[in-house]
Order: sequence, then C-alpha cells, then structure tokens
Amino acid sequence: MNDAQAASLSPETVLRQMKDNGVTDIVWLPDSETNWLYLLMKSEPSLRLVGVSREGHACSIAAGLFAGGKKPMILIQNTGMLESGDSIRGWLLGLNVPVVLMVGYRGWTRHGLTTDTAATYTERFLMAFGLNYYLVESDADASRISAAFAEADKTQRPVVVLVGDEFHGFNR
Amino acid sequence: MMRIAEALDAFRPLRGDAIVVPGRGGRYWVELSENARLDVPLGDPAMGGHAGFALGLALAQPSRRVVLFDSEGDILMSLGMLTTIAEQAPANFYHVLLDNEVYATTGGQPVPNAKSIAYDKMALAAGYPRAHAFDDIADVAREIGGILQQPGPVFVALKVYPEVENQPIGQRRRWNTRKREEVVAELRADLLRQG
Repeated sequence: MNDAQAASLSPETVLRQMKDNGVTDIVWLPDSETNWLYLLMKSEPSLRLVGVSREGHACSIAAGLFAGGKKPMILIQNTGMLESGDSIRGWLLGLNVPVVLMVGYRGWTRHGLTTDTAATYTERFLMAFGLNYYLVESDADASRISAAFAEADKTQRPVVVLVGDEFHGFNR
Repeated sequence: MMRIAEALDAFRPLRGDAIVVPGRGGRYWVELSENARLDVPLGDPAMGGHAGFALGLALAQPSRRVVLFDSEGDILMSLGMLTTIAEQAPANFYHVLLDNEVYATTGGQPVPNAKSIAYDKMALAAGYPRAHAFDDIADVAREIGGILQQPGPVFVALKVYPEVENQPIGQRRRWNTRKREEVVAELRADLLRQG
C-alpha cells in the first residue's frame, strides 16, 4: 500500500457509514471521483440510487423522500453545491430536512493553496448559508460522517461532509 | 383553455387517499380539498423543485398515489428532472401540468417560446410511458378517471387561463394556513404512523 492509498477514503468505508446510519436512498450526481463508490452502491440492495442531471434537483427529491418517511443522503461535488444555493435554501433549510450532503471537495489541498476556485468558495458558501460541515480526508476520519448524521437528526437541519481527499477519494 | 379551479375540481372526487402536491394550484386546492392531512401545499419553496419533491414522495410511498400539479415555469427550470422521473418510473406518480404560458406570480410575462411547446411530447421524449394533453375542461372531466387508473408515471398537460397576480407579494392574501415546514413534518409523522 502506498502513501496515497493509506491516506485515502475508501469506498467501502463510505458505504459502511451509509448502512450504519440507516440511509435508504442516495440522491446523487457523479463527480470525477465516485466511480468505485457507484459500483459498490449499485450492488448494495438496501440502497436506492436516484440519479439527477443537476445537483439542485437532489435537494427537492431528498425533501420528498424525507417527507415520505425515508432517510436520504445527497452525494454531489462542490461545484454542484454552489449551483444549488436556492434549492438548499428552499427545499432543505426551509423545510427542516435533516439530510447529510456528502460533497466532493474539488480543488482542496491540505496546504491551503489552490488554483481551483471551486475550492476557494466552498467553505465560504457553507458559512454564508449557516451550514455546519465536517472535513473527511481518509478512513481514519470516517466517524465524522456518523457525527454529521447525528447532528442532522438532532438539529433537523442539513449537514455537510466535505470529502477533502487530495489523493482522489472514493477510489481504490 | 380552462380555469385552474375547474381542472382541480374535475380531479377532486377521484382523489381517494392520494397524496396531493398542489404546487402553484395550492391557493385553489386548499378551498376544494376534503383531506388536508394528505395535502402538501408548500407554496414555492424554490422554483423548479415541485416535481422532484413529488417524485421523492412517490418513491417513499409506493403503495399510495401521488398527484402533482406542476407549472410550466417550474418544468422549464428543471427539464432534466423529467429524465430522472422517467428513469425511476414510479407507478404511483401522476404529473399534471397547469400550463398558463406565463409567469403569473410576477405579472404575466410569457415563458420562453410559450405557445409552441408540446410538454406532453417532452415528457414522452424524456421517457415517460404515457402522456396526455387537454385544452378543454369537458375532455378532462371525461378522461381523468381513466388516466388515474393507468400505471405511472403519467404526464397530463392542461392549458389553463393565466390568473395573474400583480399585487406585491407582501400584500397578497395568504391562503396557506400552515407553515410549509409544519406541512412536511405532519405529513411525515402521519405516514410513518400508518406504516
């Protein structure tokens, strides 16, 4: 195992967190780092995958699933989260939907210097919306995903998990 | 064309125990409905999302019909949602479009290419197995019962008169008696209790 693999967030870890926290539906749009996770989720019978073509759609779908008694999770990239501002406001925050959004942190670097403006605005966006978030970099941080679920349940608000895996998270 | 209230009234006696998301028909539906606990009048949480919300409900409650009254402005803002609905293909989902060709809540400006869009054909092209289009209330009244017996997802496009609101939002009559977050919380609690 090389350093990159040792420091990465494995798709098996993410799937285990989904199952441990009772997730029923994944509303998602692929990003560049989720292929292995997709294959695992697709073969997991306890999960329904609801694919969207624009990330804002995930918010209203998740709200409807929650209203109907399910426990959805949203899986998108930070670029799509930026695009989804009004949907997060109206369909998640406005309806008190306690959903966890797992957000690929494109452009994130541990040393803080990035040329990718997707990363530049990610945490500023979350702070502007008053959304609490947890940074997950590797398997060692997996308990933060459960912490996010617990906080969402307790506060009845959406909570974000940023996947800041600069070695290409979710991949093998 | 038909009035929105006429279209809703044609559906009302056939509602049964369906969950109804009245969308922008909410201000009319709350006057007609006889089962408010299964109504989800949310007003406009964020434009373009009613179809997604109703899809989520339909997926979560597969044994119960979910009927959405959507608008063309919402659909145009989220056309890709039609493909997600078609892929998920919930057999209990009835997607009714109230097409007044304008943005009625902002003064009646036309939606882009308002008079030339075939929304039923859009739904079919996105993968809905069944779609219908009506511009006469008599046809709706005659056909709606049969349509609700078809397995979903079904798309029904209705041409309705624009009922334009010009008053500033803060001065408009408030038709919703519950806060939208209360509507969602009460519906979820009821559905979980009923299993």
